[in-house]
Amino acid sequence: MISNKRLVLAHFWLAFGVFGLAILLGEWQMFIRSPLHAWIRDPDLYYRSVTAHGTVMGYVFPTLIAMGLGYAISELALDQPLVGRRWAWVGYALIIIGSIAAVVPVAMGLDSVLYTFYPPMIGNAFYYIGVVLVVVGSWIWVALMGINLHVWKRAHPGAPVPLAMFANVAGAYLWAWTAVGAALELLFQILPVALGFTSTINAGLSRVLFSWTLHAIVYFWLMPTYIAFYTIVPRAIGGRLYSDTMARISFALFLVFAMPIGIHHLFADPQVGAGFKFVHSVFTALVAVPTFLTVFTICASVEIAARLRGGKGAFGWLKALPWDNPQMLALAFSFVLLGFGGAGGLINMSYQLDSTIHNTQWITGHFHLIFGGAIVIMYFAIAYDLWPHLTGRAMLDLGLIRAQLWLWFVGMIVLTFPWHYAGILGMPRRMAYYDYTAPGMAAEGITVVMSVIGGALLVLSAILFFTVLYRNHSATRVEPAPFTFSKAVHEPTSLPLALNGLGLWVALMIVLTITNYGYPIVQLIGLHNADVPAVFVGAKR
Amino acid sequence: MNSERPRLISLRNPWFTASVGGTLVVLLFSMFVGFIWLPSAQNDALFKGLLDSICSAAGVPRAWLSETSPPVTPQQPVSSVVLTPEMLIGPDTRGSIGRGATLALRCTMCHGARGVSAANTPNLAGQYGPSIYKELRDFQSGARTSAVMAPMVVGLGDQDLRDLSNYYASLPRANSTSAPSAPDIVATGAPMRNIAPCGSCHGGMVNKLGAPWLSPQPRSYLKDQLEAFAQGTRHNDISAQMRNIARNMTPDEIDASVGYYAGNK
Repeated sequence: MISNKRLVLAHFWLAFGVFGLAILLGEWQMFIRSPLHAWIRDPDLYYRSVTAHGTVMGYVFPTLIAMGLGYAISELALDQPLVGRRWAWVGYALIIIGSIAAVVPVAMGLDSVLYTFYPPMIGNAFYYIGVVLVVVGSWIWVALMGINLHVWKRAHPGAPVPLAMFANVAGAYLWAWTAVGAALELLFQILPVALGFTSTINAGLSRVLFSWTLHAIVYFWLMPTYIAFYTIVPRAIGGRLYSDTMARISFALFLVFAMPIGIHHLFADPQVGAGFKFVHSVFTALVAVPTFLTVFTICASVEIAARLRGGKGAFGWLKALPWDNPQMLALAFSFVLLGFGGAGGLINMSYQLDSTIHNTQWITGHFHLIFGGAIVIMYFAIAYDLWPHLTGRAMLDLGLIRAQLWLWFVGMIVLTFPWHYAGILGMPRRMAYYDYTAPGMAAEGITVVMSVIGGALLVLSAILFFTVLYRNHSATRVEPAPFTFSKAVHEPTSLPLALNGLGLWVALMIVLTITNYGYPIVQLIGLHNADVPAVFVGAKR
Repeated sequence: MNSERPRLISLRNPWFTASVGGTLVVLLFSMFVGFIWLPSAQNDALFKGLLDSICSAAGVPRAWLSETSPPVTPQQPVSSVVLTPEMLIGPDTRGSIGRGATLALRCTMCHGARGVSAANTPNLAGQYGPSIYKELRDFQSGARTSAVMAPMVVGLGDQDLRDLSNYYASLPRANSTSAPSAPDIVATGAPMRNIAPCGSCHGGMVNKLGAPWLSPQPRSYLKDQLEAFAQGTRHNDISAQMRNIARNMTPDEIDASVGYYAGNK
């Protein structure tokens, strides 16, 4: 039972609201740089849009989803009212204030620096301050999740922590630590310049600090999705979770391996030694371990559901699955998109192969496929599952939901597959327009047009999504059955200490951060002749 | 709670030993490959031995570039001015502007009493300080040649040049007479010929440090300079930025951009 329905609903609605605006910007960007439109006369408009799209989709939207889901899980899984409800609202307010502070100067053209900041470009300080406020707001959530788990553990000494809460707190701690990199960059590198205290910046150090955040943030985005895989889907399709232990190990390994890998974003950067690039490449490869553990465990859980429904044979059970169930559909789509995205990721993480696609449209295609595809489609599924419990009204539009999920799946493939191909052809990213009349680039034009169509399908899907949620608020009142999480085949009665808390894994995460980032950061801090003059954007016209 | 309560951090806890041990093995193995094995396999004459391979893989700057050939000496003087955004902002900017106003009396015959003139010389009123400063320094060093400007600046010290730059930057800019719609070369450039949009540096869209404000400047001055860049007779642009752009511009594009920035001048 959720006693803070308003808190959770407020987070979800704000998240989806800003998502709805940002998706329109994304489609506009796709269209404006396609051959369907003449070259944009003021490219700054394009970069404003990219900055807003990235800031909303990268920082605000997933953070709010993780927070809203986290508050819900804290009450549902621990069966206790949320401790620190007022603080939760303070965090929410900080996110709203931060988002406004960030987006207004971006819209005014004062901060066209893209959401990855790209020093030595420096924009108006309000944008960075806004992003810091969003992060601070989310840190309140991190603290509350830790406190709520602590309170529960004190009341239930030795009892196994519910899997959903274990995973939820793992995500919170991962975010707490990974956000430190960007926070250090903003506070000690970018803001002193943006506020006028100094006019030079160590761009190499800033980029290394940002890479600390830049990859692990993806696993923070992924956490709600994995929580849904393990704790919602098996229950929703009438099955059992194959292994509670596997699930815990997966979340623990994500905590350990998400952090010490970010330098694979800097393979082309000269300020980091090749040795560290290699080490980060190896640890990136290890992310495959929790990923495959998950794929295996969830497929086994799904098979249990199928066999309970009378499925037979080596593969015949697939037919017995409840394919009309939105959770089943979303899971299948998410796995397919995750599979393609992961395969592309193998190229990105390989030190040598990366050079063929580095900074091309392949990269943009890749992270849209993983985040926009595999992750966000499960955000939809979470909303569909949770909504009746939040509104107390029946979710009746099952046909509409299926259409929405199908459209998102197809749209994401039509958007990102040509995008990858354009990258292989060498099309650079972060460009406001391309000369498609040049013989060498003529072949790339059609791929961008295909992506525009894919984007349009996604916009349609988003409209359907909003329709479903909105209509639910005025649907028939029902008393939904108590919310439950998936039950494992063998429910844990007692757990080893390592799997009933996160101490060991958080410690490993921090130690690996020090071993893999310590030297490059210390070395660059001491390299004062690496300071370069800031390039101010949007200042003078 | 008795004394045999299991402990998380203990060598008897298999979860602890397996996770820490496994992580350590992966870390040491990847470090061995990344810092010792792969660099040694490179067979680079400059990196012999264990310490060298580790240092090179860690990205420690070493003085190995000294063994390569020295840089080519240019045949003509090149600009050596380094610009930073706040280089002209000092504790006494107002005093600097005042001194600049006095010094500027010698400039008025060509550049006008208030930095604007009808004599086809560049308009200096409201020009960015760093841009003026760079050109003055280049006239002094001979990186930019001008029979008129060279003798005018020969006796001036560095502070004089800063004062002059501050003074002209402080004057009100002449009203821009640019046409409302910029031609393609100004708004979008020509990406396949490596020509950035003029407006992305010289005003209209954004400004970049060191790039002068062009709107408005006299038509004949702008055209002369673009052609001088294209022919290489003007060569004080750092890294040949403007020479590479102007050389790739068509005569029509030169006329279009000059026409846009000159307005009705």
